Amino acid sequence: MPELVHVSIAGQALPHEGAPLHVTGSAHYTDDIPLPDNTLHVALGMSTVAHGRIKSMDLTDVAAAPGVVGVFTAADVPGSNLIGPVLHDDPIFTESLVEFAGQSLFGVAAESYGAARRAAKRAKVEYEELPAILDIRDALAAKSFVVPTQRLRRGDPEAGIARARHRLTGSAQLGGQEHFYLEGQVAAAVPQDDGSMLIYSSTQHPSEVQHMVAHALGKKAHEVVVQCRRMGGGFGGKESQPGQYAAAAAVVAARTKRPVRLRLDRDADMIMTGKRHDFLIEYEVGCDDNGRISGIRIMLASRCGFSADLSGPVNDRAICHVDNAYFLEHIEIVSHRCKTNTVSNTAFRGFGGPQGMVAIEAVMDDIARKLGKDPLDVRRANFYGTTDRNVTPYGMTVEDNIIHRIVDELEASSSYRERRKRIHAFNAESPILKRGIALTPVKFGISFNATIYNQAGALVHIYTDGSVMVNHGGTEMGQGLYTKIAQVVASELQVDMALVRTTSTDTSKVPNTSATAASSGADLNGKAAQAACQTLKQRLSEFAAEKFSVSVEDVRFAAGKILAGTHSIAFADLVKEAYAARISLSSTGYYRTPKIHWDRKTLTGRPFFYFAYGAAVTEVAIDTLTGESKLLRVDILHDVGRSLNPALDLGQIEGGFLQGAGWLTSEELVWDARGNFRTHAPSTYKIPTASDWPKRFDVRLLADAPNREDTIFRSKAVGEPPLMLAISVLHAIRDACAAAESGEVPVLVAPATPESILRALASVRKARSPQPAATLEGAGA
Amino acid sequence: MAHRRHIRLMLDGKVMNVDDVVPTTTLLEYLRENRGLTGTKEGCAEGDCGACTVVVGEAADGNVRYRAINSCIRFLPTLDGREIVTVENLKTPGGKLHPVQQAMVDHHGSQCGFCTPGFVMSLFGLYLNDADPGRNDVVRALSGNLCRCTGYRPIIDAGCHMNDYPAPDRWNRTTAQSQERAAALAAIAPTDTLALDTGAGYRAPVSIAELAALYEAHPNALLLAGGTDVGLWVTKLLRDLPMMIYTGNVAELKSIDKTDKALEIGAAASLSDAYAAIVARYPALAELADRFGSPPVRNSGTFGGNVANGSPIGDSMPFLLALDATVKLRRGATTREMPLADFYLGYQKKALRPGEFLESVRVPLSPTSRRFACYKISKRFDQDISALCGAFAFDVVDDRIAKVRIAYGGMAATPKRAVHAEAALAGQPWSRGSIEAALAALALDYTPMSDMRASAEYRMTVARNLLLRFFAEHSGSPVPTRVAELEEN
Repeated sequence: MPELVHVSIAGQALPHEGAPLHVTGSAHYTDDIPLPDNTLHVALGMSTVAHGRIKSMDLTDVAAAPGVVGVFTAADVPGSNLIGPVLHDDPIFTESLVEFAGQSLFGVAAESYGAARRAAKRAKVEYEELPAILDIRDALAAKSFVVPTQRLRRGDPEAGIARARHRLTGSAQLGGQEHFYLEGQVAAAVPQDDGSMLIYSSTQHPSEVQHMVAHALGKKAHEVVVQCRRMGGGFGGKESQPGQYAAAAAVVAARTKRPVRLRLDRDADMIMTGKRHDFLIEYEVGCDDNGRISGIRIMLASRCGFSADLSGPVNDRAICHVDNAYFLEHIEIVSHRCKTNTVSNTAFRGFGGPQGMVAIEAVMDDIARKLGKDPLDVRRANFYGTTDRNVTPYGMTVEDNIIHRIVDELEASSSYRERRKRIHAFNAESPILKRGIALTPVKFGISFNATIYNQAGALVHIYTDGSVMVNHGGTEMGQGLYTKIAQVVASELQVDMALVRTTSTDTSKVPNTSATAASSGADLNGKAAQAACQTLKQRLSEFAAEKFSVSVEDVRFAAGKILAGTHSIAFADLVKEAYAARISLSSTGYYRTPKIHWDRKTLTGRPFFYFAYGAAVTEVAIDTLTGESKLLRVDILHDVGRSLNPALDLGQIEGGFLQGAGWLTSEELVWDARGNFRTHAPSTYKIPTASDWPKRFDVRLLADAPNREDTIFRSKAVGEPPLMLAISVLHAIRDACAAAESGEVPVLVAPATPESILRALASVRKARSPQPAATLEGAGA
Repeated sequence: MAHRRHIRLMLDGKVMNVDDVVPTTTLLEYLRENRGLTGTKEGCAEGDCGACTVVVGEAADGNVRYRAINSCIRFLPTLDGREIVTVENLKTPGGKLHPVQQAMVDHHGSQCGFCTPGFVMSLFGLYLNDADPGRNDVVRALSGNLCRCTGYRPIIDAGCHMNDYPAPDRWNRTTAQSQERAAALAAIAPTDTLALDTGAGYRAPVSIAELAALYEAHPNALLLAGGTDVGLWVTKLLRDLPMMIYTGNVAELKSIDKTDKALEIGAAASLSDAYAAIVARYPALAELADRFGSPPVRNSGTFGGNVANGSPIGDSMPFLLALDATVKLRRGATTREMPLADFYLGYQKKALRPGEFLESVRVPLSPTSRRFACYKISKRFDQDISALCGAFAFDVVDDRIAKVRIAYGGMAATPKRAVHAEAALAGQPWSRGSIEAALAALALDYTPMSDMRASAEYRMTVARNLLLRFFAEHSGSPVPTRVAELEEN
């Protein structure tokens, strides 16, 4: 069958399936689902110290507050109070030991959302405070780790550094990031007649919510059904986090036998839920005159918060992305996973990969400035080869390297070299404002590191009128997965998109699902849905072959018809006849990613089916008096293989880029000295706004670049990789700082807020002429 | 005095009476919980994300004025006499999308869709008010809406192309301003006092005399203006409020008088209206006006509220102090006037007596030769609270500084003039040397604090550097000083 026919629907820039509902306000999110009138609302009480033992917890006033139906603590949890995605170390309700400020202590159920929130404030809790470890440096000093340190070593890095012509040491520091999904954490629990529980949850991982709720209730998995039609954004923040809130709602529902809704208000959400890990990085590197690295030792330390959550896997992925697009033959990576008395950090788009990449990009930039070279030349000197110099530190051969092509095309299309000259000329004439430019590459490994999760299921029904329903294990968080899966099904069955409907993700339809994470949604579920379609096509083809007396090989599906030799029949007609002939019109589909394996102990293997590539050129300006910066232009060339939907993919690229830009510029998480989180609302935590999108931009999908691996219609995953294109923003700012200070290497801490930029400028000046008092003074002062 | 005991508002074209809500019920709560209209979303409950944006129409000079507001922090009784348009109301009964909605679909402007109703309503407000917006107008109209998915490009595109579609049957610019609609809204516009006794009570007088009498009689009542701060006391701090007296139905308090000598801005004039008048006289404040809050915040919030609230980081005060603005205070029938600089006594302490309130702010007009600027510094360009904000007004005669006013927000417990720096500059030559010599004096004027917006050290350094920026912008050979005004190379 010609492949062109297959991609006629997959491959189209169709609008998001939910768009008409989004724009009219008719799309239901979890908080919009109508529930019975007797539904209770639950608010959570939070700890007010970062580390301490609860001496007493007096909830009398809470229980007596207007509208309150009940107050629930750890003692009310019928099953296990401890949950968690890897280790079970996250209490639903803290029993005695408080490990961060904002930890859940109790739940109060009331007749209204407002009554529950007001009541929760009335708790009287006394603590015996304990010393708190709040940041990475303190945790390193105390050897406070949430999971053991990991070490990856290849070759002889010490010798590689020792014999190098140039040797550098350096460090980098980068902040975490709040997901700021527009829809906060929310769940509803509806007790069923047989004691089972129906859960509506805004979750990227319905199966995990199912397990956590079952665990909390002391029930079997088959007694809990979890549904999610859509999320108002996820970004990793609804991978492991929703379980706690669904479990709390379920506990109250089980105890009261009433439906329960639990929605965190924005402040509670930002205080109680995990964020992207902030990192401290130190390195020692040796290189030749071209900047090519001959040996590197690098230390990554991340703040994991009080519990394990997904910190192990996140930091493993950081290790696997320290190489980014570069061949690092002799390398040692040490990765510390610091335990702190702060909220437990979690998955966030890129899952440690961005932090690993920021580390190596800082090294590249430092080398370039030390050698007086264009950073692009140093980056290029270190790129993986295509036939040699192509084995990653974790032992995987890079078979699909297209970074040279991407960077060559982008360098030309963005006029990188000419603009660098113009920028240089501008800076020479501009004492206050300075421009900077940077090109950074992305190579991102696609598949869950842990091989087990790389599997998916789907369920496809064909009804007797020819309409099709597909259900799969993936979740819709805005990325357009439901649209892409419907396109896959429509392409496979060769029916009109209007005949295909995707229904809510539901643990009772497709079981044992993996999180919609690791950019894998379309790769895994698309293949599973395709498999289900192929089973159905095989049955229908056999039926048509018999009906028209042709061989099965002569039956084709095309444009709403089934062609059998010289015969033709409409899809709906054949379906009706097949039903009458008692042919099953429903099938599951299953997929597991081939080729991959991973040894978690040695940190080696082929964890990734393939890599997604991209590169970005960013130009910025900074104000040396105030530290303000502005994104002036971005050029992006990104690899999505053969796109399943170019409009959706472009949306992921642009959105990921700006989200990454926010992480590295304006989004600053601030804790006070007692460990209270201070930036817990959009008034204090600043994600990009419309004016932060650059006026001048050129964002393109790499043309004619089908995935060389057999993915769904040769597409590539696109959810996470574009976020890391924004590392170019950080380096453009660094470039501008260097321009302000005659090419010196500025210590630029991310996020590059105005204050951070002024500090970077001051750091150079201080290094040049040390003064007793450290000040931030700008260029003119 | 005849009092009305029910709120009268128009929703989806129908007038309805509401008398069973407590006064602190937000419009968002009312829509979602009482009316089941769940299209409007809560993203932050503080007017910072825009997911709750709706458009409010009200009778104005024979027409209808439509403005986007944040429903999450607007108390329902303040909508008395207004029309509320929500995202559910735009499409035709037959289901045909409004051009704003169709453009959002066609340009792939929604991903998760949760912020989308708010974006649609901000764009709808722009659609009704501007038949031909440019890209910059679209971006400005969207500065109060956060999207975490798209990167905004497709939404900006949708805004730029929403007028490419034929005028819709429902909610086109003509029907929006039809006589019937204007008359229907005029008919419900408040002409009598709304008095609710639910909760702690609520009064919305329609004359300044009545307002003054009410407040004098109830000095412990809370004067409610735009509610863009007070709303958060309820949604965030969960505070129980005393009886509220609403200023927004008093026409006299909304007037803006423009004379040759001054602008006299009524305390209840919206920030949008006030800043339009101010920027017309002081073009140097255009950037500040665009960056103050967001359009929905400026449409609800009042100029007088900003001044009377007196937050140390309020953005109106530095320039008002630099321009020697005065405030008119009223208690009962008695009024008095004082320099704004004398109005702020300490953190959240103002020179207001019990029962006394701010009636208007008077901004004297400057001589055309005055060198004047105001700079807002924040982590994010749009819709962010200032780390600091500095305003500078210099009268230079024969190359000497004849008069100087320097004032900052974010540097002290109140918005405050830099009297030591002013003294160091007064009478000095207009030169870089004079400016540099005065920088140290700022340390005598301010001891700024460190918080999540900036460190004390950063604030002091940048306070000094802004004076240098001011000099660079007003000396002979200007060099680029604003990153926001640069284009790509």
